[in-house]
Amino acid sequence: MSNSNNYDAIVIGGGHNGLVNAAYLAKSGLKTLVLERRHLVGGAAITEELVPGFKFTTFSYAISLMRPDIVQDLRLADHGMLVLPLVNTFQPDFNGNYLLLGADADANFHEIARHSREDAESIRDLSHLIDRVCFALKPLMDNIPPNAMSDDPAELAAMAGLKDYMAGLEPDVQAMIDKFVNCSAAEILEEYFESDLVKALIASSGIIGSKVGPRSKGSGLVWLFHKMGEYDGVLGEWGFHKGGNGGFTEVLAKAVVAFGGTILTDADVDTVIYENAVATGVRLASGDEFFAPTVVSALDPRRTFTQLVSSDDLPNSLTEAIGKYKFQGTAAKVNFALSDLPSFPGLENRKDIFMGFTNLGPSIDYLEKAFADCEAGRYSKKPFLDCCVQSTIDPDMTPPGKHIMSCFVMYAPYHLSESDWDTERENLGDVVQATIEEFFPGFGSLILHREIVTPLDIERIVGLTEGNIFAGELFADQMFLNRPAPGWNQYRTPISGYYQCGSGTHPGGCVIGGPGKLAAQQILGDLKNQEN
Amino acid sequence: MPKMTAFHPRLEPLNETKVWKNWSGFLVAPQFKYSLTNEYYAIRSSASLLDTSPLFKYRISGSNSVRLLERIMSRDIKRCKVGGAQYTVWSNENGFVIQDGVILRTDEFEFYLTAGEPTLRYFNSIAREMQLDQVTVEDVSEAYGILALQGPHAHNVISQLSKDATDLKYFDVANGKLGDADVIISRTGYTGDLGYEIWVPQDKALTVWDSLMKAGEGYNIAPIGTTALKMARVEAGLLLMGVDFDSSRFAWVDAQRETAIELGWSWMFRNLEKDDRDFIGRRAIEAEIKNKTSRWKTVGLEIDWHSYEAVHLEAGILPPKSDLYRETTMSIYRRSETPWEYAGYATSFLFSSLLRKPIAIAKLPLDLTGEGTEVDLEVSVIRKPVNVLAKVTSLPFFNPERKTALMGGGK
Repeated sequence: MSNSNNYDAIVIGGGHNGLVNAAYLAKSGLKTLVLERRHLVGGAAITEELVPGFKFTTFSYAISLMRPDIVQDLRLADHGMLVLPLVNTFQPDFNGNYLLLGADADANFHEIARHSREDAESIRDLSHLIDRVCFALKPLMDNIPPNAMSDDPAELAAMAGLKDYMAGLEPDVQAMIDKFVNCSAAEILEEYFESDLVKALIASSGIIGSKVGPRSKGSGLVWLFHKMGEYDGVLGEWGFHKGGNGGFTEVLAKAVVAFGGTILTDADVDTVIYENAVATGVRLASGDEFFAPTVVSALDPRRTFTQLVSSDDLPNSLTEAIGKYKFQGTAAKVNFALSDLPSFPGLENRKDIFMGFTNLGPSIDYLEKAFADCEAGRYSKKPFLDCCVQSTIDPDMTPPGKHIMSCFVMYAPYHLSESDWDTERENLGDVVQATIEEFFPGFGSLILHREIVTPLDIERIVGLTEGNIFAGELFADQMFLNRPAPGWNQYRTPISGYYQCGSGTHPGGCVIGGPGKLAAQQILGDLKNQEN
Repeated sequence: MPKMTAFHPRLEPLNETKVWKNWSGFLVAPQFKYSLTNEYYAIRSSASLLDTSPLFKYRISGSNSVRLLERIMSRDIKRCKVGGAQYTVWSNENGFVIQDGVILRTDEFEFYLTAGEPTLRYFNSIAREMQLDQVTVEDVSEAYGILALQGPHAHNVISQLSKDATDLKYFDVANGKLGDADVIISRTGYTGDLGYEIWVPQDKALTVWDSLMKAGEGYNIAPIGTTALKMARVEAGLLLMGVDFDSSRFAWVDAQRETAIELGWSWMFRNLEKDDRDFIGRRAIEAEIKNKTSRWKTVGLEIDWHSYEAVHLEAGILPPKSDLYRETTMSIYRRSETPWEYAGYATSFLFSSLLRKPIAIAKLPLDLTGEGTEVDLEVSVIRKPVNVLAKVTSLPFFNPERKTALMGGGK
């Protein structure tokens, strides 16, 4: 085989974690190759110009700031990383009421006080407590987790250290962590708030991308995870990357190349090549082979452990765990090119209300009803929508004066009990459009183009199993020590030299880069140990 | 009672914070929106419009205007072409900077100058001292308003209203029309980005404002206040009088005065040997160059993110980040065996949202000004002084290609 096909490290999958991982490996001096199946890198974080001049964030649409150390280590600002902060959050109901929250705490107090003066005060207490919880959990997010299944003295010590650390947290922080793990978002919110709009606004963070309703156990943890994600020194610092999330992965690709890495697109990896449980390279569907002693899968756990390698070569415990690992995608996207901004009765001609997340799902009951459809194997007849008119923040997303609106849709279960997604695609689009129309009369007349992305499309196009946007549910039994499987939560696999770095590994989903970085840390540590 | 600029009737309803401050006796908005970061990004991502009318404005004309400016300005005005602009300073006999400003040359013997402090009498007194006739210095501060249109889409906005801006290269100037208003347009600004500054006659102020805002609508044009501007100017490495240095005119002692070279403007004297002007401060500046007597050099500081984060995490808090712009002096120490060995100071500090790290403009003794030199910067963490690692870098921190790119095509 020619020399040119030999590398020090091969990363399978050019999603954001694959790129982060490859950039770290390349930075450390490894001759690194990224292989991406599609014609463009980015995975679920891509921008596509589906209509001339209109940039669609087909899948992932917003960014909670990456860990600043990743930004610094990979010099992403030099390569053009530009996250435009969101200004407002808009939560309307069906009666012309709304919550419009912005950057000023005092203005927010008075806005919430229109609905409940006590809620306006509660949100400060709760936000501060959650900040402290996130601060306490930060070391867990930013480090390779211990291995609970190992009897290695170092791992035993790490587990003991973790236990001590958690026991040493302040009692109110500990109690809140327990609540997040054991309670539903609704239960926690009932304790703090009386206004439906306030509760629903916060509860939506507890259901995003997950097969839980606001009253399901598990929604507490999903909520906490989203606070961790957006947690970066400033609460609520979500933003739109310039040019959409595809703009961000382009920056990552530049970083990979700047550190000397190589990216190959249209390179569909069929299998990892290994012998006697030692990885030596990969084979593409085309038959081409590339060789490296380090091979990293940025794909989801099912593909990592059952597609790229044979399950027969893995321990039963791992195969079983991966078999049970829940994907069950429940989210869809409907994206619109618009001739003008939608109009909310009473707030006509107010561009500012769209400069951030527009949350359509005005009560816990509404969200819970939407979830009941999901439980029955149907997409929600009245879905929860998280809408972003990115062009109000970034004028480069559309021709001047026109707009692009990305709508995240809950719930759209991957498995439909009475139909299939190829049949229902346009119907889903209609349901979403009708829901928006209820809040913004006349919306339909503004539509220039509509893109519908079902969970099946997410699976087909991006490769995320069952269309789960986090590469696996963010449930307690699939996180931290258990992501993606107990004993295999440290980015290694039973095949020596074969690693995993996708969102299906700790710390998990969203565009945060943690899995890619921590996997690189593990790989580089292992390589150093081999030298010694 | 503070005065209001000609644009104030439009600015007043746009200021959602309703907070105003005083700039040279005029009401100006520190920020228009609650989200300062968002406002700042109008400069870096779309288009921003800023009222800089409180600046003092002078028109210097007459056949001896060049002679007067040759004497006053430390930088050679003859090197400024007609249709060009110059960033310049004027210094006192001891070489200490009195002020900095941008001068526009609209005709062979016609100049427009902006200044932070009044300078009419000073200029006139020099003219009298030189016994120059055929030169007029007019204070046109209230005859014109000035708008700064800055940001990557600035040309897309202005080109809808006037063709006069398109061919302007960086620091070019043109007399032009904007609608029915006779304006002066310069390809200049205080943001380090693509942009224009537009001198507008008072009576046309509102129509020009309206037409720019309308032309900018599709590009998310936003009015910005002085704080967003100052954040951008730190990234651009542009000094601010009163913050990064003081005018020597009202200083008590030389410790409060600084030379152009100390402020990082030695490039203004690159051709001094070919320049036979007898300008004010020349002898002192020559001596400073020859004898290497500069006390400081002005440099950029990049604060190490890991160090900055660590000192806060150790104290159990998060590093303050977003919207952080400071004009308070921060001490800098040598990294040596002796702790807290004073070396210099930072004057402007910014957590740059764009660059994702804290940066500062600093004065350091010459032996510490090499690129990459490590120093300690004192920050306050829960009210205690703590040192963080910082590295010396050249200014500017941010210098996008679009700032100087040709807009009319061609090279």
